[in-house]
Amino acid sequence: MHAVLHRVAAIGAALLLPLSASLAAEVKPAIVYDLGGKYDKSFNEGVFHGAEEFKKTTGIDFRDFEIQNDAQREQALRRFAKDGFSPVLAVGFSQASAVEKVAKEFPDTKFTIIDMVVDAPNVQSVVFKEHEGSFLVGVLAAKASKTGKVGFVGGMDIPLIRRFACGYVQGAKAANPKIEVFQNMTGTTGAAWNDPVKGAELAKSQIDRGADVVYHAAGGTGVGVLRAAADAGKLGIGVDSNQNGMHPGKVLTSMLKRVDNATIASFMAAKDGTWKAGVTVLGLKENGVGWALDDNNKALITADLKTAVDAASADIVSGKVQVHDYMSDSKCPD
Amino acid sequence: MSAPIEVPKWADVTLVPALAVILAFLVAGSVVIGIGENPVRASILLVQGAFGSGEGIGYTLYYATNFIFTGLAVAFAFHAGLFNIGGEGQATMGGLGAALICLQFDFLPWYLVLPLAILGAMAMGALWAFIPGYLQVKRGSHVVITTIMFNFLAATLVVYLLVNVIGKPGSMSPETRGFSPSAHMPFMHEALAVLGITIPKSPLNLSFVLALLASYGVWLILWRTRYGYEARTLGANPSAAHYAGISVPRVTMSAMAVSGALAGLLATNEILGVQGRLLLEFSSGYGFIGIAVALMGRAHPVGIFLASILFGALYQGGTELSFEMPLVTRDMIVAISGLVVLFAGALDMVMRRPVAFLFRVFHKEEA
Repeated sequence: MHAVLHRVAAIGAALLLPLSASLAAEVKPAIVYDLGGKYDKSFNEGVFHGAEEFKKTTGIDFRDFEIQNDAQREQALRRFAKDGFSPVLAVGFSQASAVEKVAKEFPDTKFTIIDMVVDAPNVQSVVFKEHEGSFLVGVLAAKASKTGKVGFVGGMDIPLIRRFACGYVQGAKAANPKIEVFQNMTGTTGAAWNDPVKGAELAKSQIDRGADVVYHAAGGTGVGVLRAAADAGKLGIGVDSNQNGMHPGKVLTSMLKRVDNATIASFMAAKDGTWKAGVTVLGLKENGVGWALDDNNKALITADLKTAVDAASADIVSGKVQVHDYMSDSKCPD
Repeated sequence: MSAPIEVPKWADVTLVPALAVILAFLVAGSVVIGIGENPVRASILLVQGAFGSGEGIGYTLYYATNFIFTGLAVAFAFHAGLFNIGGEGQATMGGLGAALICLQFDFLPWYLVLPLAILGAMAMGALWAFIPGYLQVKRGSHVVITTIMFNFLAATLVVYLLVNVIGKPGSMSPETRGFSPSAHMPFMHEALAVLGITIPKSPLNLSFVLALLASYGVWLILWRTRYGYEARTLGANPSAAHYAGISVPRVTMSAMAVSGALAGLLATNEILGVQGRLLLEFSSGYGFIGIAVALMGRAHPVGIFLASILFGALYQGGTELSFEMPLVTRDMIVAISGLVVLFAGALDMVMRRPVAFLFRVFHKEEA
């Protein structure tokens, strides 16, 4: 009896062990967040939610790490690579130089970086066409505005955020050629991502000048923008994740940047063996960006608005409308 | 009964801080229990992470290098009776000084550009502390106020320069271009490889040697020169110093300048050693922790070295700990470091009283 059991166990082990070992070697995903941290209600958190969903559907666990200072970027990436994690996902453009360095040291590890392009044979770069999503919310903003004036509050003044602004202006102008768009950037440093007081002030000044819809691309600063718009009885537009629920009925919509989908896609591809290095650009067509419609803003999105935004969306997907990318030439057409 | 609390010197510099650290760990351990983890395992992971591997030791010493510089800066001013809490800003300006030299002269060979950059870091750090010293002497504005305000001025100035003047055009984050390799402070693993010794890779660089030299230099100046004697006299009793013919304004301003130069040296580790470019907020709080390091190290170079190793180990071991125990977040590590600062600095007396009491009891029994 004992011997039989032993044999069965041995066969089972012989069958199962190599299988599980090879599986484990293939996907052991890990995430290194940017300085904003895992629970930033926006960008990093989107990645976290994507990874959670991947865990739910596949049962494969992941590890993650929140860095505390710049020196830890490389340390964390190297540490995960050394422990056999792959793919290692780095969140945010600030990780680029660290990913470049560590990817060279671990040529067999798969690295994925979000929001930046790193050119290496084992790095997958995921970037988004934020201008396309911003175009759509621009259309909505212009259609919803009664004053013919809308606002934009950016976080840190960098090319990436100007890309948001530029797409928004194009969308607003497409919907209403006479629209006036006010633009403000919160600051020039990282602190501009987390200054809700200044965000509220900027939004208020835009509202005082007549804007009745204000779109923000400002991370934590945007909390103040949405608050100010809601307090003044105007409309705000959220960004990155669905922020419609923050002030139900006072947030027109949110420009979605599906970092969660990107995370799932990258991990899934690694699991299925289809993971590829190179640049992945996620636009409207790939469902990488979009606008949010849920119970909180259903009443605000009238049939007229819906038709306009759906038409714009179809035109962008079909290629009939080309939204200009600010980062391609550092210019925004008037 | 009313005799002052007397603790033998050896106990004051070893036993009291050691007990403070142990107490801090006990309290931190209860926090770890609170989040549902095993505190013993956490402590083992922390120590192993800091000292258990060549790479870990490298990182510990790399962090310690920063703390030695800022700790020495606070201690030097402290001996002259000045409380310099502007290490953060002086380090930032040091980074600017080093970067300006590197951006202009990094076509030169390393043996020219590196010393120049180090001098640049020291000069800018010194300037940023000299001004508050000057203001205290000539205008009576206290250095505690001015140095902390100069932190903001330094941050704002560097932001302005990085965004508008010396930043790399088209870059997402405000930072300069990378310096050429000749302006790079060699990593320890590179330096030792020349001698045929192989050690694991880490950000530890020759700035650590510079930090040890600076420690020795501070000891030499403070306890072996006439100037050091003047500075310590000023710290002990300004009126007596004045009466003895020591120029209070001169010593005040120069002590601040030396202190600032020491803080500015942090840039050799971070900017010349690790980053190879100037970026925002590279000083990330080391300037402030330098105050705790100086307090814990009793403002003596040897004590500062040991306290720096402790804080370096907390940083590095803490990082490893949050790798191994995902429940322990980076904020927990900050809390543990905070507890060490609290017990070693603010609650110093909590430990000293019982220790003094025990010494008195045993002393009586012997007598």
